[in-house]
Amino acid sequence: MSALSPPPDLVIGPISMTDIVRYQGASGDMNAIHHDEAFAHQSGFPSPLSLGMMQAGMLATWATDWLGAERVRRFRVRFVEQVWPGDTLSCSGVVAREYLEGDEERIDVELVCRRQTGGVAVLGWATFVAEKNEVSS
Amino acid sequence: MVNRNALGKTGDTFDVDIERGKIREFARATFSTNPSYLVDPSPVCEPTFLTTMIFWQDERSDPWREVEMNLERGLHAEQEFVFFGPPPRAGTRLHARSTISEVFEKEGRRGGTMMFAVMVTDFLDDHGVVVAQSKMTGVETARAPQEQS
Repeated sequence: MSALSPPPDLVIGPISMTDIVRYQGASGDMNAIHHDEAFAHQSGFPSPLSLGMMQAGMLATWATDWLGAERVRRFRVRFVEQVWPGDTLSCSGVVAREYLEGDEERIDVELVCRRQTGGVAVLGWATFVAEKNEVSS
Repeated sequence: MVNRNALGKTGDTFDVDIERGKIREFARATFSTNPSYLVDPSPVCEPTFLTTMIFWQDERSDPWREVEMNLERGLHAEQEFVFFGPPPRAGTRLHARSTISEVFEKEGRRGGTMMFAVMVTDFLDDHGVVVAQSKMTGVETARAPQEQS
């Protein structure tokens, strides 16, 4: 049984265009499909859509608050459903495995970012170096 | 249409500076209040932060353009970051190099062939040691995204 219990879900939303624009500015991904209404329509979308990497960043925020910004060693995401302005997102996760790699105790976690519909926006898998006193042996 | 000849293409090395102000800005943009990013005078970068570095590639350092993915049917499918120690800290200069490591196809669930391409970017320190790696997987679907349900 793991001694690590996840913190409460990180709930963010409703996502605004301002949130999306702020992420675009911070990341340098200025693809117009995420902020330009006319361009999004021309591309066949009902409105601008969020960036998968913003949701990935939310999962990283939740996971590193829990297990430590300096202790992450792997962070992988798969994009599933698109996210739209007005969506409310919940980030959560569980411990998948605790193990030794060499002489280092490690923790694998599985992460999920869900929309208010229950649909999965992003799945994630991350590995952290454990703080020894947190790992049951 | 994805160009299979992109496989193995490697871009020129480009320098990236890991900057405290950009780390803090990125932390706010990803809804973080973590003092490890926002208060620490020498913060590590957030796990997905290195994704911002590919926007500093130019024609010579970016092999992804060789993939020639159709912009209307191209999607970001997966992204992975690996750190061989704590993530890079503010004040670090790294040397990055991107390679198209995989090009492959899969049959879609609703029919049609999906073409995948993977770009691996290694981030090396001044000693030539790889300290982090980013792996971006893109997919070109058989139909435009808006035609999917």
